Amino acid sequence: MFTPDSLGRLPETPSQTAGPYVHIGLIPRQAGFEIFADDVGAAPLPPGEPGERIRVEGRVLDATGALVRDALVEMWQAKADGSHGLFFRTGTSFETGLWSFDTVRPGAVPARGGAAPMAPHLCLWLAARGLNRGMHTRLYFGDREEANAADPVLRFIEQPNRRATLVAARTERDGVPVFTMDIRLAGDGETVFLDV
Amino acid sequence: MRDEIIPSDHGQHPPPVTPIYKTSVFRGPRMPLLSLNGSLSELTGPRFGHGAMGALDNDLYRNFQHGGEPIGERIIVHGRVLDGNAKPVAGALVEFWQANASGRYRHVNDRFEAPVDPNFGGCGRTVTDDEGRYHFRTVKPGAYPYRNGIGDWRPSHIHFSVFGTAFAQRLITQMYFEGDPLIPHDSILNTIPDAAARTRLVAKLDLAAQVPQHTLAYRWDIVLRGHRSTLFENRLEGN
Ligand SMILES: [Fe+2]
Repeated sequence: MFTPDSLGRLPETPSQTAGPYVHIGLIPRQAGFEIFADDVGAAPLPPGEPGERIRVEGRVLDATGALVRDALVEMWQAKADGSHGLFFRTGTSFETGLWSFDTVRPGAVPARGGAAPMAPHLCLWLAARGLNRGMHTRLYFGDREEANAADPVLRFIEQPNRRATLVAARTERDGVPVFTMDIRLAGDGETVFLDV
Repeated sequence: MRDEIIPSDHGQHPPPVTPIYKTSVFRGPRMPLLSLNGSLSELTGPRFGHGAMGALDNDLYRNFQHGGEPIGERIIVHGRVLDGNAKPVAGALVEFWQANASGRYRHVNDRFEAPVDPNFGGCGRTVTDDEGRYHFRTVKPGAYPYRNGIGDWRPSHIHFSVFGTAFAQRLITQMYFEGDPLIPHDSILNTIPDAAARTRLVAKLDLAAQVPQHTLAYRWDIVLRGHRSTLFENRLEGN
């Protein structure tokens, strides 16, 4: 249907916003109905999955500081041994604006060109009404200060105070480590988003 | 190391803040993106097998029937998922969602004064074959008004979500229908500055793919970012 140019290349299909009803297609149970045997990315962590059990959670905020309560949040991560990977998908709650995942702490992932491995991290991807493109970002673990300080991606962030937007603070609930990171789409403390 | 992905051509996409689409002003990031040039974390991605799909997952005409058939114009939507090197992307998960024939979504937050169709869910999914092909059956979605400018209507459209082989290729977009008179007035489509890029979101009527006496067909191809051939190894430090 499309014709490649003289180099044999095709231009990318443009992005469009996921809109307010993204739940219907991608997390239909949150839209209010059941249609598939299993919603993609909704299965809980397999009970036998090796690694330290953790919870990650946070809110999504707009430029005015208001909660974004209709966002899709996807997570792709290495397993505990550093190999890929595990995939999860959820939405921010219509009531509380909170997203969360129960998973295992990922291992370190090799970096480019034989450099030191990247600090353990989770890859997050957000889509929502008002976002013209899906946004890539990462979550690093606040209790891994040494590894974070050496992480090539965090070090690439020019302003040291912006690095903190990708680091989740550790607390504990019912004996499980909980890592909390708010995602600020715009405005004060805007999260660092990635062109990957 | 996995093959790297060709950097995104940002000129094909809408910028983050587009005042004609008001919500983007509240939610669109203002800071430049941090360029990473891809690590294993983004060059890998989740894979979904054909086996994970239910028999009716790509048939929106039948996957939510409750004692009757959906109202509306039956259509087939089909096409290919290709990459930027014009190679088919096999095994790509393609998900889609849409309003019913009267422009109403089956969603707790949709308040448009149009009927919910008891026999239409409005979502489906499929995995591309070895040639990158996908197809599904549905009813043509209706136009609907939305809160942006006073009097703004969305043209008929289907929302699409696509996974390639790398998480870096992740895409959500919308497909429109050839000949829809609302297309030039759409604030969402017009967030894309490049006119040629906008036309690539418009499906073409494909009479040859119809089911005669039964179902019309539209064709639409999707292009994800391609893999970069490694001619010389890049030894740069970092990510
Ligand atoms: Fe829509």
